[in-house]
Amino acid sequence: MRSALIALTLPMVLAFSVAVAAQEAGQIKVSKGSAQIERSGKKLPATVGQVVHQGDVVVTGADGSVGITFRDSSLLSVGPDSVLAIDRFVFDSTTHQGSFDSSLKQGTLAVVSGKLAKQSPEAMKVKTPAAILGVRGTEFLVRTSPAKD
Amino acid sequence: MFAPARRKTDSRPARARNLVWLAPLALTALVGCATRNDLYVLLPGKDGKTGALIVESEGKKQTLDTPYAAARVKNVGSVEGIKSSAAEVKQDFGPALQAQPKRPVSFYLYFLADTDEFAPESKALVNKIFAEIARRPAPEIAIIGHSDRVGTVPYNDALSLRRAERCRDELLKLGIPKVRISIAGRGWREPEIPTAQDVSEPRNRRVEISVR
Repeated sequence: MRSALIALTLPMVLAFSVAVAAQEAGQIKVSKGSAQIERSGKKLPATVGQVVHQGDVVVTGADGSVGITFRDSSLLSVGPDSVLAIDRFVFDSTTHQGSFDSSLKQGTLAVVSGKLAKQSPEAMKVKTPAAILGVRGTEFLVRTSPAKD
Repeated sequence: MFAPARRKTDSRPARARNLVWLAPLALTALVGCATRNDLYVLLPGKDGKTGALIVESEGKKQTLDTPYAAARVKNVGSVEGIKSSAAEVKQDFGPALQAQPKRPVSFYLYFLADTDEFAPESKALVNKIFAEIARRPAPEIAIIGHSDRVGTVPYNDALSLRRAERCRDELLKLGIPKVRISIAGRGWREPEIPTAQDVSEPRNRRVEISVR
């Protein structure tokens, strides 16, 4: 019985994870200085036109900055010495339901929220090592770093 | 190193020795010495509307809902409400703001009732759409079909998607690469003019072409 259940659900789970992995979350529109995308342990150059997926981490150097437009029209851009993880991006283009979670581990981030946040106040969250942000719309800025000695 | 021989030289009880290590931490908490340099700022919206941002650190919350309202987190669990300004924001966030992608721009094409045929005035818009596409790095075109409220939800979802497909086919004919285009049908979920059920409304029979 149990093995039958596993046999039944496993292909569904696999099919689902493949669909999620393949889904495009957004595209890089602006890239300056040193900037990379970390994906499954690999480092890719963060060039204009590069597709960004759920699970990617955007990393900029001391002279770097990157701007990304997401499928729900959210705009996220990071300044120098920043690390931004795209933890989750799910967007249904018919209903506008889904969720968008990202974490700024360090550095600076500018956000213009898009259709997900407009559809549901719970849909978009931004985390930092010290705080969690509930996004009720539109434009804001985030800086997170340890205090200087 | 924890051999009895060493303990003999230290006359303090074990508990006191452990507390010595905690003293600098306790002092830090007392004088409020910052461990973080976090700043969160709500900006006025470009469309004139300012949204809201809730900043929460270990249960402590601040709601920012006026232009340049800001919150500082110097230690986890404390959120201090402050006020920033256009000048300070430029100073603190200049490169991130400069890297913001261009905002998406939308164009609207209208359709004859219950069809995927363009209303005549919509044809002239195509040139404008092309100019917008040419201005952007790595342009993407999201084509979003809409319908009025005549008929059922599934019928209108399908009709709105058909309208989006019709627009996509026109743009493909004009040479825009297929990979740059995405399509969606929103049915009647996003009316330009809200109406009751079964009202025929030409302005809701439209396709939005969002260039981003």
